[in-house]
Amino acid sequence: MNAIRAVGRLWLVPVTLVAWEIATRVAEQPFFPPPSATLVRMGEMWLSGPPSRLLLTEQAMSDFGPSLARLFAGWALAAVIGVAAGVAIGCSTRLSDYLDPLIHLGRAVPPPLLVPFFLALLKLGTPAQLATIVFGIIWPILVNTIDGARTVDRQHLETARIFGFSTVQRLTRVIVPAAMPKIFAGLRLALSLALILLIVAEIFAGSGGLGYRLLSAQRTYLYADMWGCLVVLGLLGYLLNSAFLLLERRVLAWHRNARQTT
Amino acid sequence: MLEITDLVHSYGSHRVLDGVSIRAAEGELVCVVGPSGCGKSTLLRSVAGLIRPTGGRVLIDGRPVERIPDNLAVVFQDYSRSLYPWMTAANNVALPLRRRGLDRRRRREAAMAALDQVGLADAAEKYPWEMSGGMQQRVSIARALAYRPSLLLMDEPFGSVDAQTREDLEDLVLRVCAHHGMTTLLITHDIDESVYVGDRVIVLTRSPTRVAADLPVDLGRSRDQIATRQLGAFVRLRAEVGRLVRGGSPTPTVLEKH
Amino acid sequence: MEHARVLRGVAGVAGFLAAAEIVGATGLIDDRFLPRMSAILRGAAELLADQEFLADARATLAAWGLGLLLTVAVAVPAGLALGALPPVERAVRPLIEFLRPIPSVAVVPLAILLFSDNLHLRVAVVVYAASWPIVINTIYALRDVDPLAKETLRSFGFGPMSVLLRVALPSAAPFIATGIRVAAGTAIILVISAELLAGGAEGVGIYIMEAASGNRMDLMLGATLWAGLFGVLSNSALVAVERRLFRWHDARAGVAR
Ligand SMILES: Nc1ncnc2c1ncn2[C@@H]1O[C@H](COP(=O)(O)OP(=O)(O)O)[C@@H](O)[C@H]1O
Ligand SMILES: [Mg+2]
Repeated sequence: MNAIRAVGRLWLVPVTLVAWEIATRVAEQPFFPPPSATLVRMGEMWLSGPPSRLLLTEQAMSDFGPSLARLFAGWALAAVIGVAAGVAIGCSTRLSDYLDPLIHLGRAVPPPLLVPFFLALLKLGTPAQLATIVFGIIWPILVNTIDGARTVDRQHLETARIFGFSTVQRLTRVIVPAAMPKIFAGLRLALSLALILLIVAEIFAGSGGLGYRLLSAQRTYLYADMWGCLVVLGLLGYLLNSAFLLLERRVLAWHRNARQTT
Repeated sequence: MLEITDLVHSYGSHRVLDGVSIRAAEGELVCVVGPSGCGKSTLLRSVAGLIRPTGGRVLIDGRPVERIPDNLAVVFQDYSRSLYPWMTAANNVALPLRRRGLDRRRRREAAMAALDQVGLADAAEKYPWEMSGGMQQRVSIARALAYRPSLLLMDEPFGSVDAQTREDLEDLVLRVCAHHGMTTLLITHDIDESVYVGDRVIVLTRSPTRVAADLPVDLGRSRDQIATRQLGAFVRLRAEVGRLVRGGSPTPTVLEKH
Repeated sequence: MEHARVLRGVAGVAGFLAAAEIVGATGLIDDRFLPRMSAILRGAAELLADQEFLADARATLAAWGLGLLLTVAVAVPAGLALGALPPVERAVRPLIEFLRPIPSVAVVPLAILLFSDNLHLRVAVVVYAASWPIVINTIYALRDVDPLAKETLRSFGFGPMSVLLRVALPSAAPFIATGIRVAAGTAIILVISAELLAGGAEGVGIYIMEAASGNRMDLMLGATLWAGLFGVLSNSALVAVERRLFRWHDARAGVAR
């Protein structure tokens, strides 16, 4: 039953793949290798290692390891700074009045523009890439957190005052949970933006990581490798987004249900 | 216990309260009834210390209200917003008890006892959105009870539940307030309810608001939804309150009893 | 009230500029890498008279504007078609769900192979990346149209096409507009990324790289400042247009921003 439904839902995927395979074989265009060739290259590049390492090759380690580490480090750093600052700003109308124009300006700067700047400031390598990611993705987190903290239900805050919650309790038990749906929306946007900036930073400045592999494959005419990188990046984006949605669904169960019933 | 003297409050140039004086003795359940928009919530918020009134004085146990007093609890009208939807009923009730210096286990016990009192012992692990409106309002009442305030303020607590639930909740409040001996100020726009629940009924005028009348309710403490509402005294009092709320002047016969 | 807010905003900006200048003046940071605030502002002012920068800015804006126009022309009809034809939407959704999370800049190397003209390359990348928010918002908006409104019209004997034109489209329009605003932000990121990664002769990204290799941090940050100001202005303009066009729309929350 489930299988039938899955076929009903997913049939276009295999159809597209087969059509793509046929079209590329007929056209014999070097830029567009057949999907089967791409798949084979992906296996050779990343999944032909020893079983003790889950088949992952040296190259897989050096492509994915640093990229994922930078991605998560940058995202986590931006999340901590963005949420903390956002709660502080959102709780104080005065502070947000002062900072509003600066925040608008900051979030409007296209983050890739800063890649050359951070490279010059911090030298090639991880610090510059981290700085690019953090600076680029902090804005959706910050703006969403401010919005969430600012629009906490008045009655929720008054209840906290009536029952004499301490400042810490007010923050951790009332304001942050109430702002959580908005914070999560910001974090999710930030995650996909982080992947984009990671690739820009790696291509532009890196010496390792998936973005670097992608560009060097293109420059050395290894088009199946390039497509393999594209596919893997798509998979990575998909997995990150799905994992995050799963987390969001768990953490925000109350939010979805509360909205359904009222 | 509670002394409100000449309370005045204006929002900008809009004068809402124009010298309201109300007194409540220890353990008394005083109902405040008035037309919608006359400033009942404003009155309650001044007593709770949530806003600073423009003029007048509020004393609780002889002390002026400057900050939010720590022996006071509030039950708000809107049940859908009075509980934290990200916490279970038990946690909603237990959270304020940290201020009472209880450890985790004792907070939990107190919360369970309070939920038991409002008939929700089985729903402790439910989230607010898993409960009906009446149940949610019971949880807010349990939260107030567990806090053990000496003054309980309720702002139209049954305004948004259905009629049957409303009667149950009225009886619940009568029972627990008597049991704990709490002084209670219950605000309502429902004339029937004010007479049924109150030891005294304070009637407010339209804004700019003053006290139109202060009527004792001689119906005894034990009340019954059907029998009490049929008593001649109840019917007369309800008619009197109704007249006053609509802007009529006090009838001498009722006032004589005072 | 409003007056006080504006004053505070101005004070905040002034305070930030002053603080940055003071930190620069203490010499804690080598001003070859992070120039003083006054130098950045001077650099920004110089840029306005710099023909080369102006040409680069025009090139970037052209790619952005053209890309966005083309995106709207492609993505709105695509979204409408998918939103109006649920079976098609259901069939295509797995493809969308796989393509959308591909970080859009990853297609730049592919685009480099396919387009020799830099403008075409940038426009193509923009269309690919900026279509998603519009398509998705349009699908969701059409799905959210009040069924009662549709049935009302149908009960008066209108056909499906006029229902789409008279009810579905107007009530979906605010969400589509929001999608376009999001797409505008995405598009500028993509144009500049493409400039940085694919090189070329013209564009703000190219200008910045040249300034970086010439160690002109002041010009680099000055150009960045202009890019940010342009972003603020274009975004506010789009918000203002949305407000005017959709005054009847009660700013329903919860749309992707
Ligand atoms: N925060 C406020 N700012 C301005 N006016 C208010 C505010 N709160 C209440 N009011 C006004 O004061 C009057 C009394 O409000 P309220 O105390 O809520 O009345 P009630 O609870 O009796 O319905 C109303 O006219 C209302 O519009
Ligand atoms: Mg009220």
